[in-house]
Amino acid sequence: MIHFVLLISRQGKVRLTKWYSTYTQKERTKVIRELSGVILTRGPKLCNFVEWRGFKVVYKRYASLYFCMCIDQDDNELEILEIIHHYVEILDRYFGSVCELDLIFNFHKAYYILDEILIAGELQESSKKTVARLIAAQDSLVETAKEQASSISNIIAQATK
Amino acid sequence: MNPFSSGTRLRDMIRAIRACKTAAEERAVVRKECAAIRAAINENDQDYRHRNLAKLMFIHMLGYPTHFGQMECLKLIASAGFPEKRIGYLGLMLLLDERQEVLMLVTNSLKQDLNHSNQYIVGLALCALGNICSAEMARDLAPEVERLLQFRDPNVRKKAALCSIRIIKKVPDLAENFINPASSLLKEKHHGVLITGVQLCMDLCKVSSEALEYVRKKCIEGLVKTLRDIANSPYSPEYDIAGITDPFLHIRLLKLLRILGQGDADASDCMNDILAQVATKTESKKNAGNAILYECVETIMSIEDNGGLRVLAINILGRFLSNRDNNIRYVALNMLMKAIVVDAQAVQRHRATILECVKDSDASIRKRALELVYLLVNESNVKPLTKELIEYLEVSDQEFKGDLTAKICSLVEKFSPEKIWYIDQMLKVLSEAGNFVKDEVWHALIVVISNASDLHGYTVRALYRAFQTSTEQESLVRVAVWCIGEYGDMLVNNVGMLDIEEPITVTESDTVDAVEVAIKRHTLDLTTKAMALIALLKLSSRFPSCSERIKDIIVQNKRSLMLELQQRSIEFNCILQKHQNIRSALLERMPVLDEATFSGRRAGSLHTAISTSTGAPHNLQNGIAKPAAAPIADLLDLSSDDAAAPSSSGGDFLMDLLGVDLSPASAPSGTSQPPKAGTDVLLDLLSIGTSPPAQSSSSASDILSSSQDNKAPLANLNGLASLSSLPANATSPASPVPMMDLLDGLGPIPQKHEENGPAYPSLVAYESSSLRMTFNFSKQPGNPQMTLIQATFTNLSPNVYNDFLFQAAVPKFLQLHLDPASSNTLPASGNGSITQNLKVTNSQQGKKSLVMRIRIAYKMNNKDVLEEGQINNFPRDL
Repeated sequence: MIHFVLLISRQGKVRLTKWYSTYTQKERTKVIRELSGVILTRGPKLCNFVEWRGFKVVYKRYASLYFCMCIDQDDNELEILEIIHHYVEILDRYFGSVCELDLIFNFHKAYYILDEILIAGELQESSKKTVARLIAAQDSLVETAKEQASSISNIIAQATK
Repeated sequence: MNPFSSGTRLRDMIRAIRACKTAAEERAVVRKECAAIRAAINENDQDYRHRNLAKLMFIHMLGYPTHFGQMECLKLIASAGFPEKRIGYLGLMLLLDERQEVLMLVTNSLKQDLNHSNQYIVGLALCALGNICSAEMARDLAPEVERLLQFRDPNVRKKAALCSIRIIKKVPDLAENFINPASSLLKEKHHGVLITGVQLCMDLCKVSSEALEYVRKKCIEGLVKTLRDIANSPYSPEYDIAGITDPFLHIRLLKLLRILGQGDADASDCMNDILAQVATKTESKKNAGNAILYECVETIMSIEDNGGLRVLAINILGRFLSNRDNNIRYVALNMLMKAIVVDAQAVQRHRATILECVKDSDASIRKRALELVYLLVNESNVKPLTKELIEYLEVSDQEFKGDLTAKICSLVEKFSPEKIWYIDQMLKVLSEAGNFVKDEVWHALIVVISNASDLHGYTVRALYRAFQTSTEQESLVRVAVWCIGEYGDMLVNNVGMLDIEEPITVTESDTVDAVEVAIKRHTLDLTTKAMALIALLKLSSRFPSCSERIKDIIVQNKRSLMLELQQRSIEFNCILQKHQNIRSALLERMPVLDEATFSGRRAGSLHTAISTSTGAPHNLQNGIAKPAAAPIADLLDLSSDDAAAPSSSGGDFLMDLLGVDLSPASAPSGTSQPPKAGTDVLLDLLSIGTSPPAQSSSSASDILSSSQDNKAPLANLNGLASLSSLPANATSPASPVPMMDLLDGLGPIPQKHEENGPAYPSLVAYESSSLRMTFNFSKQPGNPQMTLIQATFTNLSPNVYNDFLFQAAVPKFLQLHLDPASSNTLPASGNGSITQNLKVTNSQQGKKSLVMRIRIAYKMNNKDVLEEGQINNFPRDL
């Protein structure tokens, strides 16, 4: 299973963290510090796996961002690389050639998408189209709610004029 | 709009934070935002609740504390609208974890949302539950999740399946409820549901054998068919990755088949064809295909034997290994480790390639390859492989040297075909990476050297040469100094020259030079210097012509800041000046150290950590600066050694006694050397302090009998005892006082308290290579059943221990009360200790003696270490 997902920028800034196993706040900070130290310093041609505290961390760099997932010793590292790529492709489709800034200002959207791909540290959906459809449906629910709210407040505003 | 709300938009806050140039500025912005959010929370502001929570999540991600927002998540979750719930659940998953009590409050809202009419809200609740639920919540909400496994919408079903995984991991008892609904998911067509269903079945099979049986019987054919369909399916754009339809589903099916096939020949038979098809037909140009092949190989290796398939799998690994992609090579090495159990011969064929990988520039690959090479070595290939590894040791990175050295040493010890080869290889390792060599490794080397009497001359000359070139390697210096001290004369006279050696000319003063270098080099540590001092003392009798010079060097150390060196140099000076008559006997060669005893003890110390400790390795340098106490058991089994092979070598016992006096704790380890007269004397000493044999343990008779044989050495000893313990009046005649001193140093003598009344001797209750625990006993007057024990822990390793925790358990007739420990951090190398008080009440005092099981847990370099042991050697009558 995937124990956690980290998105770290090249400067070591955390862009997204998702914990599927239990870590205290202190441990989380320590894990992030330790791993960004290891991963950001690795050369470009090296393999994408780091052995760490009896686990394996699979990471992949996309532009300025490192996507990292921590898995058990006997999990399939190559598959995790595909899962990372799967997530990146979905982000890319959603934002339209995604960049780091998109993920900073819309970090909650990145989380929503991740929640449609992984639950409990396991893969949920292998179809990018389905994920996109589900996210779009939920976004439109939010939009309708907003419109309703604003129209109600308009009505109230007009009524109280 | 509330004019008083100081809220900025989320986007503005992120901008403001990003615009900060320094960390202090960022903190200021965050502080201001947090203050505004707290104010909004206090006002119970509704309009901006979701925006505030979003801000808090961002702040949380930056690493600031956000606990005050936890209740806001619950409020948002409890509100009716989808947008509020969506952000509320996200906040719940980010800001809370399963250990927070607040989480329990959300159970009710979750239950409602799981029954909500809007499927997206059900989805949100399932997702949150799957990511953070605790065992209690799992129990409470399992029925809802179970029902949702049959929900009409597949997107809810797949979420419920993953949620069930979390539930059965938290509460494995619930597994049986999920077996039926889970196996019906395997018949679905929707890929999301299939993937999650297969995953759920895997986890069920892991926790419940009932589930495993069920799935094996009912579902295996369906699974094989699904895999065949998916492997043969035509191009489908929705699931296609690099020309393969849904590799994720492929991989999960292969995994589940592996679990089903393991240990079941019929099930394995059932999947042979499809595995062969996947292994041969899958495209291996892209990562997705390789991921499937990798999984397929692992399944083939794990299921019941099928020769043809295994050949196929090994061939795939061979292809992987020669791949240029580092990732593929890494997984190949990983898998070969497993394959070696199945087919060692096939893996041996790739030895050359694997050896190349040890030298790879990538640390992850190096580590895997080294581990694999370690498994590949056997008697027939140890020489070439070790040669390669040692050559690589010379050029490898500093951080890799530790691992590499440990592995080489272990290989050389395990497979060495002859002694000279062993010594040669160890010398190479010592001079290349002596600082990385563990203590027990060079201790073992000294034992081997001392046993190889025909190689003494060769070894000391080789060490001398190596020492000339690399004085920076601590353990090389130690071994060299020890050997020069012991066999210095062979170095000068070229005794025992082998044909392969080049003759060298070393004068007596060259030899002393070498040892002087070791004593004066400030980078070397105390142990090394102390060993050098002893070596000098020994050389003084081997080389009478250098005796004056040696005396000068020893005298210089009288002013050493290190107490150990100071005291020794004073004592040694006395020996040189005033005791010419016994000096040569005193400084004879060490008796041969018994290899079998040594390796037996070493193995014992590694596997069972009972209260008898491993003093043996430490006595190699006469116990200098190696405080190692062995409890009475050592003495006892030694006395039987004596009976078996008595031998006598005049003055050896004196060395032991020096050890006794200088570092009291090491006394018993001195006696654990192989049979010789000296130990008898020590035992004799013991018997002086002991009470009549009536209450002594079974081997006490041995002690007594040996004492009768050895009246003569005792006389000798009196002179020495006074000399070594009280240098000031070294010339004074034998007096009983110094003898009692010696006794004090002996520590655990169960019988001793008979004489001393209620004062109990302290006891080294537990000792391993890394840790020592000493017990001090006292009794309160008027309460004979209760014993107060003060436990003192000392760290013998160079690493600090954190989260130190001592636990103890006693049988029913005892009652134990543990006070808190003085600290939970144990400084390295004995620089401080932890004390902890224990109260033990013995309800059967006088009939049964104390016994205790202990467990010590701590973290060393962030790794959890657990040591366990049993203490049976409490003083009786406690």
